Formats: sequence, structure tokens, C-alpha cells
Amino acid sequence: MNFDDTPQEAEFRATARAWISANAPKQYEDELRKSSLGRTVLKNANILEVAKAWQKKKADAGWACLHWPKEYGGRGSSPIERVIWQQEEGPFGQLSRMFIIGHGMCGPTMMAFAREEHKRTYLPPLASGEKVWCQLFSEPAGGSDVAGLRTRAEKDGDDWVINGQKIWTSGAHYSDYGILLTRTDPTVPKHKGLTMFFLDMKSPGVEVRPIKQASGASDFNEVYFTNVRIPDHQRLGEVGDGWNVSLTTLMNERSAIGAAVSTGFPELFEYCSSLMLDDGPAIEDRAVRSKLANWAVKASGLKYTSMRAISALSKGERPGPENSIGKLVAGSMIQDVATYALDLQGASGVISGEDAELAGRFQAMLLRAPGTRVEGGTDEIMRNIIAERVLGLPGDIRVDKDVPFNKIPTKGR
Amino acid sequence: MNFDFSDDQKQLRDQARKFLAEKCSPKAVRVVLDGKAPYDKELWKGLAEMGFLGVAIPEEFGGAGAGHLELCVIAEEMGRANAPVPFSSTVYLAAEALLIAGSDTQKKKWLPAIASGEAIGTLALFEGKGNPSRKNIKLTAANGVLNGVKKPVADGAIADFAVVAARTGSSGRDSDISLFLVDLKAGGAEVKSLTNLDPTRGQAEISFKDCRAEPLGAAGDGWSILTQVLDRAAVLCAFEQVGGSDRALEMGRDYALDRIAFGRQIGSFQAVKHMLADMYVSATLARSNSYYGAWALSTNAAELPEAAAAARISATQAFQHCAKNNIQVHGGMGFTWEFDCHMYYRRANAMALGLGSLTYWEDQLIDRMRKKNAA
Ligand SMILES: Cc1cc2nc3c(=O)[nH]c(=O)nc-3n(C[C@H](O)[C@H](O)[C@H](O)COP(=O)(O)OP(=O)(O)OC[C@H]3O[C@@H](n4cnc5c(N)ncnc54)[C@H](O)[C@@H]3O)c2cc1C
Repeated sequence: MNFDDTPQEAEFRATARAWISANAPKQYEDELRKSSLGRTVLKNANILEVAKAWQKKKADAGWACLHWPKEYGGRGSSPIERVIWQQEEGPFGQLSRMFIIGHGMCGPTMMAFAREEHKRTYLPPLASGEKVWCQLFSEPAGGSDVAGLRTRAEKDGDDWVINGQKIWTSGAHYSDYGILLTRTDPTVPKHKGLTMFFLDMKSPGVEVRPIKQASGASDFNEVYFTNVRIPDHQRLGEVGDGWNVSLTTLMNERSAIGAAVSTGFPELFEYCSSLMLDDGPAIEDRAVRSKLANWAVKASGLKYTSMRAISALSKGERPGPENSIGKLVAGSMIQDVATYALDLQGASGVISGEDAELAGRFQAMLLRAPGTRVEGGTDEIMRNIIAERVLGLPGDIRVDKDVPFNKIPTKGR
Repeated sequence: MNFDFSDDQKQLRDQARKFLAEKCSPKAVRVVLDGKAPYDKELWKGLAEMGFLGVAIPEEFGGAGAGHLELCVIAEEMGRANAPVPFSSTVYLAAEALLIAGSDTQKKKWLPAIASGEAIGTLALFEGKGNPSRKNIKLTAANGVLNGVKKPVADGAIADFAVVAARTGSSGRDSDISLFLVDLKAGGAEVKSLTNLDPTRGQAEISFKDCRAEPLGAAGDGWSILTQVLDRAAVLCAFEQVGGSDRALEMGRDYALDRIAFGRQIGSFQAVKHMLADMYVSATLARSNSYYGAWALSTNAAELPEAAAAARISATQAFQHCAKNNIQVHGGMGFTWEFDCHMYYRRANAMALGLGSLTYWEDQLIDRMRKKNAA
């Protein structure tokens, strides 16, 4: 058991560190360091532009999507090298949040199911951040129950014609491409009639409408499809095999989101270390200490769980459903941490934004946190995954499993 | 980086698991639980023969000289099996105190006896209510003679010797405390068994009346040695707690697959599934924190105090959480003496107090994190 770099790893780390130090957009370092979930904003710059510029610079020097093969815009690095890079990139890594869906989910799905010429065409600009991708799965009728989606794809010559609506599509408003899950056969049970495509978001008939979130921000959208044409060669996997294809995406989604999610604990600890309460320093208050200690061991437990996963990866083992615990634990933790930080602020905790304590850092966290517990699979779905796939407990009873999709009731009563 | 045990260490774990499955069945545990024996002597002898008692004791003192990572994997299995033997008091507390502070003569006298299973040792620290604290140590030592009462003392009624924390000064500083070694079979110490939450590991009251004792470590070093011993024991106990958590989760899972209600396996009810998933989550977080503690312990890293406190808190919570919900999954059956669930519930709650309660360790963790952040 050790945390030491091998000589090769140490060399990789030194090279990465030197390059980052010479090239990173240092003028934003402080702002990025102080940002936390729900609040990565730059005062005097457009964050999308800054993120794209940093990604392009990385790509040109061979530091983008490290674990992807070189011919698709990556570096062909080992999982450990990818982790070393993340450690060295530090706060600048926050800029990659813009690309997490493309890099974490769409890219791997393309790599597994697209034709070779498409991979060579579409993946390098995705890796370099020049093109942004989104994931068009969820619908009003199909969130947790993804396979309940209704967006239709009908064959017409060499094309497919798409009609329907997606919802909660993160980043659709600035995306160039998307992967799209559709229903191609409503007469068979729901998991069997799905087909996956990728498409150009600028295609005629695609309409993106931003949704205003509980936090007030607009990071996700409704997307409407009216007679949108997708050529058959942009199909991913077989007709009717979309469910299997989407499982690849969802598995990657959980590890991409799980690894990136923050807990809010370092921010709270730092806050309590300097905060004065009526009776003295917060950090000397018995109740505060107890709360902090309980969150501290959750945060460290998550950190070392991911280190164990990385060790397994480096030995060639595949990460499994046990990775679901990262998002599950961190999601409610960040919500509780933010609530507690505001409690410590007393009546003034109600003030948010620039006028608030720490420029509203914990208020922003509180308003973003509910999304973390829902996106990429709700807490309940995560617990089901652990119970069924890790512990081997029976699956939920599914009354619609063998029923043709068009015979499934659509209302609660 | 390799944040995992080695193949050899995993092999040792398998070996310990197999041995304990054979020699330490729930039926064997119940002999002690039912009060028919103070501890499982046969098992103790067997553990000595396997080399498990001296696994972290250097060869020159009769041990296997393997190391603390090896001791961690064995500790996990002791916890899984709920072994009714004085393992933690002898191996984590007494032996570690000797390793840290013992003179060559003291080590030569006691460590080989521990490794061979001939001597049971313990730490006599507490004096009634309260957590580890200088102020709570009232027992006095003067001219090598102890006077005072210690309770609870883990495995005190079966121990051959005790490491005793005593007051030797009144300056109000750490240096007021010194440690002593007492041969409990030599007279001068009166031992009384106490009933306790977990009868598979006894507790005692020991009264020292003009009891002869020899110093362990330099005079005035007692508190600093104790802190080190408690930190090391916290990591080792955390592995026992992780083993116990895993076993409680396994029992709950198996029962959920077995028991039918409303025409279905109860494990198909989401409330039950989610309860078991949460047990898995807390056991996993505890395991990961404990691995970090194991690394710090085995390398004597500067991070050990913080890592030990985190492992302690996380593993205590996980074991309590898994043990109580295991009973819940078992329904009424879980509440019977006949089912094994209560053994783990007892052990979880007794272990939560043994090295000082969570309150104490929460304080330790925050103090240590502050110190690190200030540095
Ligand atoms: C910030 C954010 C970003 C997102 N980004 C994207 C994106 O880019 N692309 C995309 O396709 N989607 C995206 N989503 C959608 C997300 O995947 C869904 O919101 C999520 O899967 C839940 O689906 P739902 O909203 O339909 O809720 P529902 O499925 O209607 O769930 C409602 C409640 O019922 C519970 N529930 C549902 N089924 C079960 C069950 N079987 N057992 C127990 N409880 C159950 C849920 O846990 C929840 O509490 C995003 C969501 C958020 C919040």
C-alpha cells in the first residue's frame, strides 16, 4: 500500500506540471479556486470562451481527453496518468465542466458504436472543445424510466425522421451535436423498440428552449424535434438496440459525474475555521465540531474510495456499479453542508448573491444541490443500482416489462 | 500509487477467514456469550499457533515480524467472526504500548508471551465516566507503588498484566501522567468482573492497593505514549469494525433473499433494498477511511493521528449502522437471543465506547485537521 509515483508516473507528473504552469490561464485561478458547485462564474470574461480556449490549448499540446486513443484526439494515457493530470490541473479543471457530457458520455458512446470514419471526423473536435455535445435522453414521460420515452424515429428512404420532445438537456443551447435516443417501434415492449443516433444540433427542425432552473440559472433546455432528418449512417448500434447502447452511456455517466462531484466540505471547514459565533470561534463550538467531524469522514471516505477504484483501474480491473456511491453520498451531503453554513450565518443567511457572506457561495450551493441528487440518476435509482447490482437483491417489479409500448397506460389513474 | 493490500496480504486474510470460519462459529461464540467461559481458550491457542497474535511483533521478540498491514487484515477477520478472545486488549493496546515504550527487558519478558498465547494483556486507562483525558486520571503512583481504581478495563478479569496510566505530577500538564506495568498475578491488584453490553469481551474493575509496579517508558511521557497507543488501536479496531459491518450487511442481505412476505422476497421491497444499500455505503466509506489509516499506521506517517481519528469515527458509525439495521431487516427474529444479530449489535455498541466515545474522537479529528491546516 503506497501513494508513491513510479518513476514513469513521476516523470509524467513533472512534465504535466511544467506545461500547466507555463500555459494555464492564471488570471482566473483565484476565481476558479473560490468557486464551488453552482457558481463557476468569471466576473470579467465569458466562461464558455475561456473554457474552450483552455481546452484547445490542451488539445494542441496533446493534453486533452488523456485516456482516449491518439487518433481520436486523445493521448492514449493510462488511467493513473489521467488522475495525475487532474491533480496537477487543479482549479483549472473546473473549466472542463462544460465538456463533461461530451467527454464523459457522448465520446465513449461514439467510440463504442460509431463507424470508424465518423469517429475520426467527430471525436478530435469534441476532444479539443471546438465542438460541444449534449445528451438527449430524458423526456417529460421518461426520466428515471428512460425507456419510457416517446420521441419517434421513422424510416424514410436513407433517412430517419424525428418528431418529439426532450427535456433537461444540459448545454443544448451551446451544443453542436447530440446523441439522441428514440423510439423506432412502439408495438414491442419498451426496452426493445429503441434506437440511438447522433445528430447535428443545427439541423432544420431542432428547436432549443432554455429552462429557468430553481437556482435561477439556465443550464438545461427543452429540445423540440419537428420532422428532423438524420441519415441512417448516423445511427449508433442496431435498430432496436438503443437500450443497450444507452447503457454504455449511462455507465460512463455515473463514473464521469461521480468522480467530478464535490461535497462542499472543504469550503465549510475553511469557513468554520475563521467564523466567529456569539460565544467564540465556530471551530471551538462542540456542536459545530461534531457536525464537521461527521462530514469530514464522509468526504475522506469518498476520496479514498475513489483512490481504491483508481488502484483497481490501474491493475486492469473495470470500475463497477459500486461507483454509484460517489454521487449518492455527495449529493445529499452538499445540500446538508450548505443548509448548515446558512444556519451558522443566522438571519443574514437569507441574503444571496454578491451581497451575501462569501459572495453567496453557500447560497448558490444550496440552490444547485437539488439538481445533483436528480441528474444522472436520482438517489433512489442509485440505491436500486447498489442493491441490485452490488448486493444481488431482486429487481423492482416491472408491470410494463412484457407489454407492447403502445399498450402501456400513460396516466397515474 | 497502489491503494490496496498486496496479494500476499489478501492471502493472509483468506487464511484467517478460513481458520475463523472453522474455529469460531457462532456456536463457539455463544459459549462465551452464555457465560460458560470467560473467553475461548482453544481459539486463543489456535490463533497463537497460526502466528496471528504476534503478526506485528518483531521476530527478535518472538513474533512473525510481518507488520501492521498484516495485522489489519487479521483484525478485519476477527471482527467478521465476532471472535470472543482478548485480541484487541492484548494485541492492539498492551503489545503496542510495549513496542512503543517498553525497555528491552520488558519487551523480552512480555512480547514473546503474547505471541505464543501465554500472556493476556490490557490497558487500564479509564476511571469511571468520561473519555481519555489527563484530568480523568486520578490513580496515583509514588515510589513504584500504585493506589486507585480503574474501570472499565477490557478483559481485565483474564489479563496477566496491565499497562496502567497513573498520575505522577500535579502541574496540570501532559507530563503529570506516567505509565506503569503491573503483573496482575503477583498480588496487590484486586479484580472484579463487571457485566457489560458485550459479554463476548469482558470488562472488569481493578483496584490497586499499594500495588508494586514498574515504569513503562520515561516518567512524564505517559500521556504522549497513550495518545500514540490509542491512535494505533483506533486503526486496528476500525478494521474489526469494518469486518463486523460487512458481516452484518451480509447477514441482512441473505435474510432479505430468504424471507418471504406478501408473496415476495422481502429483499424485493424497495424500503428494504434501500436500507441495505445504505448499509453498503457506510461500510464502504469506513473501509476506505480504514485503508488510509492502515497506510498511515504501517508507514508511521505524520498523517496517522488524523487518519486514525477519521477511521475510528467512520468505522464506529458504520458498524453501529449495519448492526442495528441488520436486526431491522430480520424483523422479530432479529430481536431473539437465538439469532446472531444481537451479537454484532452488542459488539458494535461496546466497541463504540472502548477507546473513548465518538465525542472524544470528533474532537481529536477537528483539532488535528486544524493543526494540519495551520501548518
Ligand atoms: C441538473 C440536471 C441536468 C440534467 N441533464 C440532462 C442531460 O443533459 N440530458 C438528459 O437526457 N437528461 C438530463 N437530466 C435529466 C435527469 O437524468 C432526470 O431528471 C432524472 O433521471 C430523473 O428523471 P425525472 O426528472 O423524470 O424524474 P422522475 O423519474 O419522474 O422521478 C421523480 C421521483 O420519483 C422517483 N422514482 C422514479 N422511479 C423510481 C423507482 N423506480 N424507484 C424509486 N423511486 C423512483 C425519483 O427518484 C424521484 O424522486 C438532467 C437533470 C438535472 C436535474
